[in-house]
Amino acid sequence: LPLKSVGLTNSPTVIVMVGLPARGKTYISKKLTRYLNWIGVPTKVFNVGEYRREAVKHYSSYDFFRPDNEEGMNVRKQCALAALRDVKLYLSEEGGQIAVFDATNTTRERRGMVLNFAKENGFKVFFIESVCNDPSVVATNVMEVKLSSPDYRDCNSTDAMEDFMKRINCYQASYQPLDPDNYDRDVSLIKVIDVGRRFLVNRVQDHIQSRIVYYLMNIHVQPRTIYLCRHGESEFNLKGKIGGDSGLSNRGKKFASALNKFVEEQNLKDLKIWTSQLKRTIQTAEALKLPYEQWKALNEIDAGVCEEMTYEEIKEKHPEEFALRDQDKYYYRYPSGESYQDLVQRLEPVIMELERQENVLVICHQAVMRCLLAYFLDKSAAEMPYLKCPLHTVLKLTPVAYGCRVESICLNVEAVNTHRDQSEEAKKGPNPLMRRNSVTPLASPEPTKKPRINSFDEHVASSSAALPPLLGKACL
Amino acid sequence: MPMELTQSRIQKIWLPNDNHPALPRRSCGPQLTNSPTVIVMVGLPARGKTYISKKLTRYLNWIGVPTKVFNVGEYRREAVKHYSSYDFFRPDNEEGMNVRKQCALAALRDVKLYLSEEGGQIAVFDATNTTRERRGMVLNFAKENGFKVFFIESVCNDPSVVATNVMEVKLSSPDYRDCNSTDAMEDFMKRINCYQASYQPLDPDNYDRDVSLIKVIDVGRRFLVNRVQDHIQSRIVYYLMNIHVQPRTIYLCRHGESEFNLKGKIGGDSGLSNRGKKFASALNKFVEEQNLKDLKIWTSQLKRTIQTAEALKLPYEQWKALNEIDAGVCEEMTYEEIKEKHPEEFALRDQDKYYYRYPSGESYQDLVQRLEPVIMELERQENVLVICHQAVMRCLLAYFLDKSAAEMPYLKCPLHTVLKLTPVAYGCRVESICLNVEAVNTHRDQSEVTCEAKKGPNPLMRRNSVTPLASPEPTKKPRINSFDEHVASSSAALPVCMPQEVPTQLPGQPLLGKACL
Repeated sequence: LPLKSVGLTNSPTVIVMVGLPARGKTYISKKLTRYLNWIGVPTKVFNVGEYRREAVKHYSSYDFFRPDNEEGMNVRKQCALAALRDVKLYLSEEGGQIAVFDATNTTRERRGMVLNFAKENGFKVFFIESVCNDPSVVATNVMEVKLSSPDYRDCNSTDAMEDFMKRINCYQASYQPLDPDNYDRDVSLIKVIDVGRRFLVNRVQDHIQSRIVYYLMNIHVQPRTIYLCRHGESEFNLKGKIGGDSGLSNRGKKFASALNKFVEEQNLKDLKIWTSQLKRTIQTAEALKLPYEQWKALNEIDAGVCEEMTYEEIKEKHPEEFALRDQDKYYYRYPSGESYQDLVQRLEPVIMELERQENVLVICHQAVMRCLLAYFLDKSAAEMPYLKCPLHTVLKLTPVAYGCRVESICLNVEAVNTHRDQSEEAKKGPNPLMRRNSVTPLASPEPTKKPRINSFDEHVASSSAALPPLLGKACL
Repeated sequence: MPMELTQSRIQKIWLPNDNHPALPRRSCGPQLTNSPTVIVMVGLPARGKTYISKKLTRYLNWIGVPTKVFNVGEYRREAVKHYSSYDFFRPDNEEGMNVRKQCALAALRDVKLYLSEEGGQIAVFDATNTTRERRGMVLNFAKENGFKVFFIESVCNDPSVVATNVMEVKLSSPDYRDCNSTDAMEDFMKRINCYQASYQPLDPDNYDRDVSLIKVIDVGRRFLVNRVQDHIQSRIVYYLMNIHVQPRTIYLCRHGESEFNLKGKIGGDSGLSNRGKKFASALNKFVEEQNLKDLKIWTSQLKRTIQTAEALKLPYEQWKALNEIDAGVCEEMTYEEIKEKHPEEFALRDQDKYYYRYPSGESYQDLVQRLEPVIMELERQENVLVICHQAVMRCLLAYFLDKSAAEMPYLKCPLHTVLKLTPVAYGCRVESICLNVEAVNTHRDQSEVTCEAKKGPNPLMRRNSVTPLASPEPTKKPRINSFDEHVASSSAALPVCMPQEVPTQLPGQPLLGKACL
């Protein structure tokens, strides 16, 4: 997404999830939100179930969800309204660009209410419906994320499963799926059918909706593992020089051997191996005696005029640049070089292809690895340049529930430490170099604290969510 | 384990010294697809099948996937020299039906040749394919040959859209060269009618549930996508969802003449010269005169394009992706200095300007990869003015005008000249408007020496996914005398670079014959 010279902001968008329980709405909401924040579009999930848990402290049984339970219906409606009020705040006043309204939204009435809300506030609407009638998929979802829900903390698995199935049943009778052929023909939507086997897309309005559709069509839920590591220690690493295109040191070659052994021990059916086009990652891959693909997009951050210098040399020859980088490492662009922000843009196709793939080992570089890791672990722009990615250590990422489990495996080959923390001085002030940039990864914000539903006429209490340092004005 | 690597001289790709013939390696980006793919168009006449076929093919070739259209209608015109009337297409016309079937088979034979022996990666089988029977035949053909199949169906029942299509591209068809418009229109409508009764649309809910397809409904208002198998199908779907048919104009130009241009220096980040500033004013006037309702303006993040845009007094967006090609160690040098300091690099670039990567810099091939999101967004947009740089402009122009990798680095994009591109029929009309402000000439033709030396294909053909090819000329249609004869070989110019099958040899040897990607 380009940098705008004039602060034109498109209308904010409300993404409205639709579907029966256990169809992956929250999974999609969280994953999509993580992706959008990583590419710099401030996005937040508003999960109505969480509002309900705040309002109704103890969940007793599926009876709460029965359509003839008037009190339950009323509470649920008030929760939806409270969530929408927070959506409005987020998009109008807190710099949000996209709000994901995560609820079943299974009736036309409810969706009509949301459409009116959006219209009143000048928000665009994009529906994402998940349709799945495969009982094994539903059962898997329930086991993966529902049995461990706070709703069932005092239940055993069997009872929880039984109750949840009855809960789903409560929605069935009134479920009106999106109908793009007729009733919903003028509405922007994507129907995801059978976990991505088929898609129906209607009236994509703009660039971001097009990107969302592309993303949803590339993700999958097959179990798989992603391994991230850096090249083995290089000659330049030993000299403290950054950038360049040097080969492996002796210890780096040892690491490559150790990596070879590690990969064999992982005993994977199929493993894709990706490297950059710099010598040090390719030499590392060569030791694996397996096919690999070279990506220029995985090359290390371009340090421009500072290429092949040590940090001491940079401090001496470009003292001002040296200080500036410390102040704002994410946005800072080396003269004639790149910034972390540029890296994110460059790496987006890599992330998209990683989503399509199954088992992949990515042999890359420190800054690049930090960027990729920030995507998988939902880290903000502020955190990204300081993530720890030491040489000779493999990070093993496995999807689990709504997120990613990460295991750090040190292959026990000595190497220099290339990590530099933020200096104490730099930690003090705010970032003076805030720029109108479209690529500013934000960690997905903590859910808005749910207000007590005492009175819905009261102004909803302000969010206690930690505001990312760059919020306030939209930094897009 | 020495892990000795050598960097290829032109593309600067590191490869192992010792041969591992068994180990395939790819040097750039993901493997887009394993098996070759047949894209099968489906739809009544005048639904945009050929439009989509050609546009998609142009895009795929530009991103380096060798693709070709096989239009059965052209085979039919070759077989039946004179088209008389819609009677030919009547379902009860047994002879006509037979000829049409033979044409389809002939086209499929050429598809097979293209994908199996000529280095093609994707073949677009452009015909109505409106019956399950016909599609079943194509599926069997693909299965026998180990090709993947992806259906693209265009469904549209809006009579005004159909009428517009007929007027735009059918009335001028060779079929109607001896007809007036009214008669032609009438005949064509009857022709469409011949297909209606037997039309069985794709049915992803049931009959076609296991088939990979996209249904494009009402010119992109709605899409149904089923079972996308791989990366390239995913990219095709994304592309189809971003293109539109609204009339609009794209303007391409370079920044005004810069201080470095005056000195003959390449790259860098200098500002406009006085003449460059004059150009910016002239551009401002030009834009006003174009009198457009809405115009987006895009620049790079280099000073010279931004200064140019500033003169327009309109909002603009800066794209880093539009920055000029990175000349690496040669940045800010003149060509004389390069020749002196890096004589070998200087010569190499002339040999193979498309693939050549400056040391620590970029190649045209890298540029294409970098510019792909720009192209995608240009497809989404309407009126846009792109103020960029010489190499970047050549890349973008090559996409719009379907130019090959060999031609791209030599396209003429002089300073102070605006290229105005308007979509028309199946392609793009280009108008060159010189704004009459003097500037240096930065164009360098291919050297004479290189032209001679360049007999065969590139010696350093690499396994790269990004090798724009101009969409090949249609395969010469065989005379349908005997369909048992082996179909005559294609007269289409072979693409400069072959598809991304895994080579068993390493570069250093001319790689044509064996796929080099």
